[in-house]
Amino acid sequence: MSLPETLDPDLDEDQDTDLDRPWVVLVWNDPINLMQYVSYVFRKLFGYSQAKADELMLDVHEKGRAAVSNGTREKCELDVFRLHEHGLWATMEEQ
Amino acid sequence: MGLFSKRVKRTGPDRYKVDLPDVEQELLRSLFPQLRELLASDDPSLTRLFPTAYPDDPERDAGYHALVRDELLEKRFASLDLVESTLGGAELDGDELAAWMRAVNDLRLVIGTRLDVSEDDDPVEFDPTDPDAAAWQVYHYLGALLSFIVDALTGDL
Repeated sequence: MSLPETLDPDLDEDQDTDLDRPWVVLVWNDPINLMQYVSYVFRKLFGYSQAKADELMLDVHEKGRAAVSNGTREKCELDVFRLHEHGLWATMEEQ
Repeated sequence: MGLFSKRVKRTGPDRYKVDLPDVEQELLRSLFPQLRELLASDDPSLTRLFPTAYPDDPERDAGYHALVRDELLEKRFASLDLVESTLGGAELDGDELAAWMRAVNDLRLVIGTRLDVSEDDDPVEFDPTDPDAAAWQVYHYLGALLSFIVDALTGDL
């Protein structure tokens, strides 16, 4: 299948604290979206492994939210848009 | 909904088929136009389809929505077009099945919002004597269908 055109090889959990990346995208828990669907969307949009996507999904479910991507404000807005396109409850804030 | 044979098949690399019994096609044929109509309104059950991006900054949030709301709407209408034209069982590629996935999820989000679904609700069972039992049944059906679609798409990730 066509991989997501926005697959970002630079995105990596080790960069969460990179100071050059001042914005963070959060996904919040909601009682409607299926856990399996949320994991799939994380894999598709961000290129995460199944294990990483499941870990983030469980964080959303159990802790109420998870940081799923970060970067410039412009990049984060695009990520939020793609998550909203998929019906996920995403917000962004400055780190 | 326990006995529920596989509705979505992966027929080859990037090839899929959604194969629904007539009764389910009819159900979706009645629901998707209602979603289309709703999307053109400002009904409160749409809140999950257009969430807040900047919860602490109303000004920036208004800017975000001014920028993307039309595009989010257009994409949702395009997914609905695709689903309605392929309900009878056409062969789909991954992008087309992803449009199905989003349309089914949108519908489920709207119905779930109207039912005021909470974490305490059983993800599988519902009370058949509930006055909203029919809506609950549709909600669970859409969850099962969504799950089949995601299973099929995961095979090509």
